[in-house]
Amino acid sequence: MAFFQKTDGSGALLLAPGDNIAVATAELPAGRELEVAGRKIVLKSALEVGHKFAVRPIASGSRIVKYSAPIGVAARDIEAGEYVHTHNMASDYLPTYTLEEGHKFVKEVK
Amino acid sequence: MLTGYLRTDGRKGIRNGIVVTYLVECAHHVAREIVHPFRERGVQLIGFSGCYPNAYSHKMMERLCTHPNTGAALLVSLGCEGFNKSALLETVRKSGRPARLVVIQDTGGTRRSIAEGQAWIEQTLEQLRATPRTEMGINELIVGTKCGGSDATSGLTANPAMGRAFDFLVQQNAACIFEETGELIGMENWMAERAVTPELGQEIIKTVGKAVRYYATLGHASFAPGNADGGLTTIEEKSLGAYAKSGQSRISGILKPGDVPITGGLYLMDMIPDGEVRFGFPNINDNAEVAEMIACGAHLVMFSTGRGSVVGSAVSPIIKVCANPKTYKRMADDMDVDAGRILEGRATLDEVGREIYDLLVEVAKGRPTKSEALGHQEFVLTYKSFEPLGPACFPSAA
Repeated sequence: MAFFQKTDGSGALLLAPGDNIAVATAELPAGRELEVAGRKIVLKSALEVGHKFAVRPIASGSRIVKYSAPIGVAARDIEAGEYVHTHNMASDYLPTYTLEEGHKFVKEVK
Repeated sequence: MLTGYLRTDGRKGIRNGIVVTYLVECAHHVAREIVHPFRERGVQLIGFSGCYPNAYSHKMMERLCTHPNTGAALLVSLGCEGFNKSALLETVRKSGRPARLVVIQDTGGTRRSIAEGQAWIEQTLEQLRATPRTEMGINELIVGTKCGGSDATSGLTANPAMGRAFDFLVQQNAACIFEETGELIGMENWMAERAVTPELGQEIIKTVGKAVRYYATLGHASFAPGNADGGLTTIEEKSLGAYAKSGQSRISGILKPGDVPITGGLYLMDMIPDGEVRFGFPNINDNAEVAEMIACGAHLVMFSTGRGSVVGSAVSPIIKVCANPKTYKRMADDMDVDAGRILEGRATLDEVGREIYDLLVEVAKGRPTKSEALGHQEFVLTYKSFEPLGPACFPSAA
């Protein structure tokens, strides 16, 4: 696994060519237009540094891939440019504990 | 070339501290009071709170009291606890180190025990000035790596940069330890491919499987709410970042807490207890694993943080590598390295990796780290149980 060396200043980083998510390297506002691996993407919500967004549509139940490694599964259909986090993806191993109101554990998707 | 404090077993230390060890919570206050006036003179507090004996915690204490960075040990006992104090005292004495046992019930209570302990420390500090020093190579160093207070920047900047520093160390035949099998869940097949033998690869997959079962039984992954606030969504995403700390070298072997690597190379420390789930969470906080790597002989531990951890450790210095540029701006006083520069485009991974390595050599030569200078000496030790390692886990099997 090769790690990236340095950002290009665009504010977004696709860590490996086949990944379906990219990460924000700077705070990005909703509506920001980005070009990631030749695709034009409009962010559907604001993103903090390190948080991730879909670079193409991801069907419910399919793997989320970062740095070429599967990091979980889409809990529902995700559109390109959509924020990807505990609200729309889940672990293949152990549920995620958060302090968000209403649900302490993000349910596992089987 | 470094200069180390020579111990009778041939190992060399980069510090020459005194550990004051309470052998049950009931002796904690007395031990802490003994340390207090000497805390800026390399005298450090460690201990075990439990009253029941436990082979793991006994081994941990033996390793820490005879650690190359430890010059002498004072054991503080209440008197009636289950810890085998005479066996520990014997082990430390046999290692050639000054050692003393203060039993509070025999000494006559709190005041007399504190006075007796402090008098011994005063005299021992003097004695330690005569500890022989000798040349020490990078290949004699043992270095651990840990991440704590992680966010989604940890795996992009600080962790892979520490991995680079590990690669430099392994090239020079130092022993490097990465750990947290509970935070390598999802990375088992990648790691197995890097093992020096297929058998070791299978052992690595087994240790991660054990971690999955353990945390599933406990009902909670090794994942804090702050990790999610920082952009990490699942344990395997956190694992991916944690895994980056290991660098790119081949994996030479597996250790369990307190096993000292006998050759250089990259080792995975399996910190998940064996057998059925007992005694609770295997890493109740970051310092539990830091203490375990130090018990494996780690002279130094590199510690990455995105959210902003401030911890240090007793016995061995912690080098704090900050992953997140915003956190660095807020907490620079606690951070030794600003790895967030990589995200800002101001440095490459290789440059920061080299910077960490260079700093590590300076710290090994005696330069205090930020957490050391601030007096951080966190320590925790709980109950666990382990079985011996299988033959495929040792580098000799390669």
